[in-house]
This record gives sequence, C-alpha cells and structure tokens, in this order.
Amino acid sequence: MTNAAIDASGLTRRFGSYTAVDHLDLHIPRGCIYGFLGPNGSGKSTSIRLLTGLLTPDEGTVNILGLQLPRQAEELRGRIGYMTQKFSLFGDLTLQENLQFIARIYGLPRKGIKARIADLLERYDLTRQSKQLADTLSGGQKQRLALAAATIHNPELLFLDEPTSAVDPENRRDFWEKLFDLSDAGTTILVSTHYMDEAERCHYLAILETGRKRADDTPQNLMQNMSANVVEISGNSLRRLKQQLLLTPDVISVAQQGIRLRVLVDKGHTDPLSWLRAECPASLNDYQLAVVRPSLEDVFVMSTGAHR
Amino acid sequence: MKFLLRISAITFKEFRQLSRDRLTFGMVVMIPLIQLLLFGYAINNNIRNINAGLLDQSDSSTSRIIIDTVKATQVVNIIEQYFSIADAEAAITKGNVRAVLVLPRDLPQRVANPADDRALGQWIVDGSDNIVSSALLGLARMPIAPLQQGTGNTVSATFDTVLYFNPERRTPVNIVPGLLAVILTMTMILFTATAIVREKERGNLELLITTPIRSFELMLGKIIPYILIGLVQMFIILTLGHFVFDVPINGQPLQIVSATLLFIAASLTLGLLISTVALTQLQAMQMTVFVLLPSILLSGFLFPYEGMPKPAQMIAEGLPATHFVRMIRGVVLRDASLTDMQGDTLFLVAFTVVGMILATLKFRKSLD
Ligand SMILES: Nc1ncnc2c1ncn2[C@@H]1O[C@H](COP(=O)(O)OP(=O)(O)O)[C@@H](O)[C@H]1O
Ligand SMILES: [Mg+2]
Repeated sequence: MTNAAIDASGLTRRFGSYTAVDHLDLHIPRGCIYGFLGPNGSGKSTSIRLLTGLLTPDEGTVNILGLQLPRQAEELRGRIGYMTQKFSLFGDLTLQENLQFIARIYGLPRKGIKARIADLLERYDLTRQSKQLADTLSGGQKQRLALAAATIHNPELLFLDEPTSAVDPENRRDFWEKLFDLSDAGTTILVSTHYMDEAERCHYLAILETGRKRADDTPQNLMQNMSANVVEISGNSLRRLKQQLLLTPDVISVAQQGIRLRVLVDKGHTDPLSWLRAECPASLNDYQLAVVRPSLEDVFVMSTGAHR
Repeated sequence: MKFLLRISAITFKEFRQLSRDRLTFGMVVMIPLIQLLLFGYAINNNIRNINAGLLDQSDSSTSRIIIDTVKATQVVNIIEQYFSIADAEAAITKGNVRAVLVLPRDLPQRVANPADDRALGQWIVDGSDNIVSSALLGLARMPIAPLQQGTGNTVSATFDTVLYFNPERRTPVNIVPGLLAVILTMTMILFTATAIVREKERGNLELLITTPIRSFELMLGKIIPYILIGLVQMFIILTLGHFVFDVPINGQPLQIVSATLLFIAASLTLGLLISTVALTQLQAMQMTVFVLLPSILLSGFLFPYEGMPKPAQMIAEGLPATHFVRMIRGVVLRDASLTDMQGDTLFLVAFTVVGMILATLKFRKSLD
C-alpha cells in the first residue's frame, strides 16, 4: 500500500512505429492537483487513457490508488472519475436523464439518486437546464455537466482531459473554483491542459513533449530553477534586433511580446545585462534592458523544443 | 443485484433514445409495412385480365363454347388470334401475350369421348412470371359445364398446360413468413450493430468503459429493446399478412413467438458481432448488407432451397435466415412445432450461444 494516488514507472505506449508515450514515470501524491502541460499530440490523452486502464501499456507498471493495472482495472472503476476530452455524455438525453443514467451505472443507492442529482445541478449551476437535451447546451454548460457526471459517485481520483478547451476565460476561472472545492474535499485531480495560466494553478506540473516528460515539479520551483535568466528589452526596430540576438551564442530564445523582446539567456552568465551589452555593444545602445521573473511560458520554452 | 440495475439502466436509456430517434422509430414500423405492401401485390393471386391469345384449329361450335367459358372467368383477356403454333410462340416470346390457348383440330372428337382422358386443349404459358403462371395453371382444371353434363369425369384435366421458361411453381403464401425472416434480418442486425458503433463514433463508449459496467451487461442491456421491437415487427407482418393477404396462420401463437424469438436472438448476436468489428456506422451498414443479400437470395425466401446448387446450399445452411424461413413456414403454415423442426431450432440456439460468447470475448472494455 503506497500513499500515492498514482504511481507509474516506465509507462510506454506505441501506435505502430510511433511512440505516443515514452517511458513516463509519475508519482502523484494523494490530495493534490497535478497538471499535464503539453502541446497537441504530446501524449496527454494517451497517458490519461493508460492511467485509467482504457489502453494497455506496451511497457511499464501502473499502480492507481494501490491497485495494479490492468489486472485490477475493474475494481478501480467505482473509485475514479474520468472527464473525456471530447464530450461523451448522450446528446439526445436531457441533463437529468444523463445524470440518472450515470448514477445507476455506478450503482448509487436508489433513494439517494434524486437528491444527489439535484445537489449537483445546483452546484454546477445547471438547475434551469435540467430538462434540456445535452446537445443543446453551450460549451461551458456541457463542461460543467461532464464534471458533474464524472464526480457523481464521489471518486477519490479524478482525471480531466483538457476540460476547458472549449470554454471562455471567465467560465474557465469558475471551473477552476469548482476544482479547488473538490480538491479541498480530498479528491486527487489529474488535469491536462495546454494553457499556461491553467497550468500555473496546479500544485504539481509535468511538462510533456512528444510523449516524454521534460520536467516536473511545483510551478514555483520550475520557474525558480529554470536554467536561464529572462531579460526584457524594449525599444524600436525589434525585429531586426531579434534576428541579431538569435545569432548570439548562449541566447536560448527570443520572443517578441508587443513592444518588448523576451530573451532567455543561459544561467551561466551571472549578470546577463552586462553580458548582453558586451556581446552586442553597438546594437543595444538605444534599448532599455531589465531582468524579470521567469514565467511558466519561459519554463515551457526551456524544457521543450519550442526554441529550436 | 447490482448487475440487474446496470442492465436496466442501459435498457431504459436505450428506450429513451429510441423514442427520440424519429428515423429509427419510423423504420421499426415502416419497414414491415412498406415491404409487406410492396410484396402484397405479388402475394395477391386474385389476378384478372391477363392478356392472352387464341389459336383455334378446330373452329367449331364446341370451340366457341369453350372460349366463352374461359372468357367468363375473366382471368384472361383474349386480345389476339393466330393461325399457326409458330405465330403463337412468337407472340409469347415478344411478350404481346402471357399465354395462348390452343384448341386442336379434333376437339369435337375429344369432347365426344371423355373416356380417352385426353385434355381438350392446351395452354402455352409464359412461365417467367410466377404469379401469372400460377393464375393460368388454375385454369387447367376448370370445368366446361355445358360439355360435361352427366359424364362425372372431373378428374382428368380440361386443358394441358405447358409452362415455358420456368417450369417450377410456387405458392405466394410462402412469401409472408419468408418476409418476416428478411425484415428481421435487416432490422435486427442493422439496429444493434449501429446502436453500438454509434456510441463508439460519438465517444460515449470511452466514458462507459471507465464505469463499473461489464461488457456483458452493456450488450445485454442494449439488445433487450430490440427484442421487443422484433416482436412488434412480427406482429405487424403476420397480422397484416393474415387480414390483408389472407395468409393462413395455422400454428400455435406460442410456437410462432418462440421461433421468432430464437431468430431475433440469432440476428441480434450477429449484429453484436458486427459491432465489435466495425469502426463506423457506415462499415456496420456495409457488413449488414453483406449478410442481408445472401439471406434474401439463398434462404429459400425467393428461390426454393432444393433448386439451388450444392455450394449455395452449403452457404445457405450457415445463415440463420435459412433455418428461420424453414421453421416459420412450418410453424405458421403447417402447424409444426419447434420439436418437429429440431435441426433448425438447434442451429439457431447454437448460433446464438457461440455468437454471444465470441462477441463478449471480442468486446473488451478497452480502446486498444
Ligand atoms: N488510437 C491511436 N492510433 C494511432 N495514433 C494515436 C492514437 N491515439 C493517439 N495517437 C497519436 O499519439 C500522439 C499523442 O496523442 P494524444 O495523446 O491524443 O496527444 P494530446 O492529448 O497531448 O493532444 C499523437 O501523435 C496521436 O496522433
Ligand atoms: Mg488530447
């Protein structure tokens, strides 16, 4: 019996000759919100399917809530909840009917079902839509319905695959409030995303790229321990300067953000400002330079191939 | 007990979805209705006014009596007259007429000596159309009252009949029970296969397999509604066949329902098997057609089993529809029981059991 909600090592899954998940090691403590951050195709969904027992790994071992997969997959079913990336409830059933169906499938006691559904509809602000067909809901409503369905049986562990990709920023904020509520109540949550702001809310984060884990830690540690300093440069003719900087060795990446350039400089240079001015004396004279705090996006750029 | 609740949850949901799916719901009722009405014309053997020709070689008062009697039946409508057999045959081949009545030169002698047992004349019939030829065959034994007073000789045929192009005769009554087999094959396989593949396509299955439902429960829950639908279709077809097209229902209701249930079970199993292989609804439909065509052509619904070449018979033996066509004709028309038709009953039971096992094994709860 381990204290981890998820313990996986060497998890690998291939589709033909393509390796979608490549020797993934995970140790996710109970009670936390753990994020998978990665671009499309980086293997987030495949990893989640491996962890929920929907796919069988080609290599590696998975232990979820103390149960071994795939052998004990059936025992696990009642203890986990899964919100798929694509809406997977029944569009031709009403909200009420969808939730009733899921409740019965999970074998909730008959008497409790009605109250439980009313409670969920209330909590996820769907009471008014309860008699509406699920197909007619807006993106945000569908997503809240899917969360309600995934949590109807109070799972200990919740998998959310890009839950907010079809949702506007305000709904996204509200959605995260609900996730924090669930987390406070003791639910372990694994959520995948490709939004930086969302990733920053997680307790722990794994950055995935082409099936490999590039980094994992708390967002704060990831930003602090980044192996580069961030320099912001403001001034005119940024495009030309960008080309020049990219040719400078030890400049890892240069990204334009409006009227500023964001430059990642290898951490080997303890004073990046003087180093930069020394490297390109002529061109940097008319610009203001400042060292700023790294953001999660910088971490992402550093740990993935995005700068290459 | 939990598993019963889960099965009923699936069944309940399936009914809900069906009740909202106008198209499928319409097909449940419309397929049997339309097919039956279409085939109804074929079943209707009360045919009148078939175009026919006449070759009267005797040209006597006797021949005129016979011609008037034949005309009075209204089965045929004599529209042409010929003076040689060759002309008559040519007219049939061209399709001007469906049949020609040939009255021989020695007609008066034949009437005078009924003891010879020789037919009075001959019908040359275009046998390429079963329905037409059966109607004309009915004329073979018609009595010619004015000529047969007191002879009592009603056993020998009044006319000889020669069937051109298609020497075999079939009873249209066979078609209604056979149609039951075809319609059930079509709807049962198609509905189950697409109902499950649809959930694959829409992604519902990804959700379902992370829940505690077992594959066996899921499949059972999904086919229960279709069992009921199959029975509804059986009821529609047999009731309509009986009241509109006079098909005799001689069998016991319990036997009819049991035979139908067996066939429904076998067809649903086939649908389940297809659903475990097909990835899209289109594929499921194509595979259904692949099963449906031989079921129509080889099951004995259209062509008699006995007339098929050996390889076709062997394929037919592997199709549930063949066994059901035999069973349901036996039960409905001849009042046979399932025990009378053990071989076919056993085949359907075995098919269902083996198919169910295969489908459950094949339908694993995973996306691999
Ligand atoms: N069933 C499958 N068959 C073949 N390739 C697949 C399959 N599922 C995923 N892949 C491939 O694996 C890679 C990772 O996919 P996925 O896990 O869905 O990424 P993400 O969820 O991060 O966008 C992609 O390149 C995708 O094309
Ligand atoms: Mg994905």
